[in-house]
Amino acid sequence: MSAMIAPVDEAGIIAAVQAARAAREPLAIEGQGSKRGILRPVQAARSLSTRGLTGVTLYRPAELIISARAGTPLAEIEATLAEKGQHLIAESPYLNGVFGTSAPPSIGGVVAANLSGPRRITWGATRDHVMGLRFVNGAGEVIRSGGRVLKNVTGLDLCKLLSGSYGTLGVITEVTLKVLPAPEASATLLIETPDLASAVAALSAGLGSPFGVSGAAALPVKDHVIAAVRLEDFAASVTYRMEKLRGVLGSFGTQRVMEDAESRIFWRGVREVEPLQVMPDEAIWRVSVRPSAGPQIAAAASAIGGRVMLDWGGGLVWVAASPSIENHAAISGAARAQGGAAMLFRAPESLRLAVPVLPEEAAPLAKIGARVKEALDPGGLFNPGHIRAA
Amino acid sequence: MITLPAPKPEILARRAEIIAALCAFVPGDGVIAEGIRLKPYETDGLAAYRQMPLAVVLPSTTEQVAAVLRYCNEQGIRVVPRGAGTSLSGGALPLADAVVVGLMRLNAIHEINYADRYAVVGAGVTNIGITKAVEADGFFYAPDPSSQLACMIGGNVMMNSGGAHCLKYGVTANNLLGVKFVTIEGEVLEIGGTYLDAAGYDWLGLITGSEGQLGIVTEVTVRILRSAEGARAMLAAFNSIEIAGAAVDAIIGSGIIPVALEFMDKPCIHACEAFAHAGYPLDAEAMLIIEVEGSIAEQDALLARIKDICARFDPISLKVAETAEQSLAIWKGRKGAFGAVGRISPDYLCMDGTIPTSELPRVLRRIGEMSDQYGLKVANVFHAGDGNLHPLIMFDANDADSFHRAEAFGADILKLCVEVGGCLTGEHGVGVEKRDLMTVQFQPHELTQQRAIKSAFDPDWLLNPAKVFPLQGALAPALAAE
Repeated sequence: MSAMIAPVDEAGIIAAVQAARAAREPLAIEGQGSKRGILRPVQAARSLSTRGLTGVTLYRPAELIISARAGTPLAEIEATLAEKGQHLIAESPYLNGVFGTSAPPSIGGVVAANLSGPRRITWGATRDHVMGLRFVNGAGEVIRSGGRVLKNVTGLDLCKLLSGSYGTLGVITEVTLKVLPAPEASATLLIETPDLASAVAALSAGLGSPFGVSGAAALPVKDHVIAAVRLEDFAASVTYRMEKLRGVLGSFGTQRVMEDAESRIFWRGVREVEPLQVMPDEAIWRVSVRPSAGPQIAAAASAIGGRVMLDWGGGLVWVAASPSIENHAAISGAARAQGGAAMLFRAPESLRLAVPVLPEEAAPLAKIGARVKEALDPGGLFNPGHIRAA
Repeated sequence: MITLPAPKPEILARRAEIIAALCAFVPGDGVIAEGIRLKPYETDGLAAYRQMPLAVVLPSTTEQVAAVLRYCNEQGIRVVPRGAGTSLSGGALPLADAVVVGLMRLNAIHEINYADRYAVVGAGVTNIGITKAVEADGFFYAPDPSSQLACMIGGNVMMNSGGAHCLKYGVTANNLLGVKFVTIEGEVLEIGGTYLDAAGYDWLGLITGSEGQLGIVTEVTVRILRSAEGARAMLAAFNSIEIAGAAVDAIIGSGIIPVALEFMDKPCIHACEAFAHAGYPLDAEAMLIIEVEGSIAEQDALLARIKDICARFDPISLKVAETAEQSLAIWKGRKGAFGAVGRISPDYLCMDGTIPTSELPRVLRRIGEMSDQYGLKVANVFHAGDGNLHPLIMFDANDADSFHRAEAFGADILKLCVEVGGCLTGEHGVGVEKRDLMTVQFQPHELTQQRAIKSAFDPDWLLNPAKVFPLQGALAPALAAE
């Protein structure tokens, strides 16, 4: 483990970046370290963490806006919102179980990874709700993008560029997120279907209904597949809509309804990829495809002795299988063949160094991407080699 | 008046040769070069600014767009992308030495997929055209800018357009899956696809709202959504702006997310009522239009809750639509707001700042004071749920002084928006109109950072010049006005 710098304020982040710049020494950028082990390992003598930058800086429930320093634990944000009956829209995951970590995810890390939970299918991703952020670029300057209002098209949208950039373009120091009222009630319809194709068809029918489905997962269990469809709203609406939904999805298989508490626990599990029951020595792939192509990815996983669970109506496929270059090629190839994209989400370091963890970009885009990286991080200080081999 | 960069004399001198080259790339009637046919392209929705372009080219395929851009890049010719030309910020204003690339002929709907809930359409398909193509099957495309009958999806992507229903459904960026994108070097890139959130840099997010600075979008993959069972509106009118603002806070605080929450001030209520006879209360200082969705029973329940909340704020009028027809009547005035103001004033400027909603009373009071100061009337309509203000400043374009006062008044409103924690533009874009105000919202080094990213896509700054960024400043030497 490299030596860690963990400043307690933005000025400290700036000083650390400027020192690294003067010394021409790269930095491994991280938040609390809850997802340490994702993407490719960074070769850097020092790491710079935002874990010391904590605290909610602005919360206006009536304006649906919360701002917090990057190192603020996700749980603290959730608790602050819950006091006013609100929640983070994208249902961001913790993933401590996936990465075998105990550190709480930071809100800055959640944004830097742009990871979203089941509600993403209907209500948008983490990046869709980043209304503003502050970050320190490779020149040691603080750059603001967006702001603290819900609609803003002033200038280039660097909020989206930085969201999901995994600390490679700048060090996020503060984020402002749109939030919404938390629904009064939740309920989930479970349907026992014979196979994945039927399960995904049931999810499509649910998502294509007028009832505002906010979660749609398919979980293979022994010889059948459970399709799970969630409703979240005022209690009376959930009751009414569940009745209608049961009618619409009546032909897909035997039904069971999970009420509020059970439903919430179930979706927390889906969010944390728990139903996949990953073994410690297995690798995990995260595949994005159009939902109806989910079963084809599952078939490719099955061919290499792997297992899957599907979220987002079938369009997010989690694959568990033994870590090998051949298996990575099989899953990446299947994703590409379906017009989608695979990410090697968790694997031993040796595999992450041996293969592209993300699909390669087309050459003209890669060229522009290198120039954008240069524009934000001219010295190549931040997380070198984290996303792609340098 | 806005300053445009001096045209490049060597380009103007080569006009005939350039037009001949364009005709080879876009055969048939795809190149417009004669004065009278160029005239419609000299301006857009911000008609106060006009400039004839060098030529207009109307490609029918992505490959033609790529060929035109590759040629323009090699020859150092400036390019102005254009959708339907409805920009309210002058985003499609030509330059004298620029080729306007119009996207209207890329108007095919390529694929509609209900199982996976997306549609692939050409950049020249109108916003409403997408919804029209899927509504018989119960689906819609969510962002609904008021220009939706005319504006094109390619322009919506470039401006990250919003609309009245973004509080629930988000803006363009939140409803996109992918684009076909042509760089100034003529490379065709597939960004995103038919899936959600693949890992890697969010080029789609950066391109959306980039106002033609980074490249040209020729094809768009959007999410289509199943429509709710139904929707219905109510109207609530109050004695003061402060009280109406407090009612908005209480509605949001109750846990209800209305699909639309619109605010109108007294001058706007009067203008709309005179125009649409929608039955708006003329003695009100402020009025809200609130729309909810769901089954009839759900609409009843939500509207009853909202009515109870509004009742706590001494409303002078509360009218819940009983039927879809009554709902349409409530919307009729609001939807005609711009036309209504156009009827009582020869011209108006439509501003577009966003503010934290808690600042609404203070901001509207200051706008009222400025209105007296500048001697120009203003009507305010406002997406109250998300803080997006649309002050309509009335002036007379035949009176140069009146126009200059209107511009200065508008600039003061936008500065005020930034001062109270908001921004210059919520959905219309910076364009040419607010270019010189960017220094109010951003520090010089922040603008330099944005310019450096623009340069990564467009090293010679040929794409949509003189928009978004002030002409002076680091990294923009090529554009210095003469």
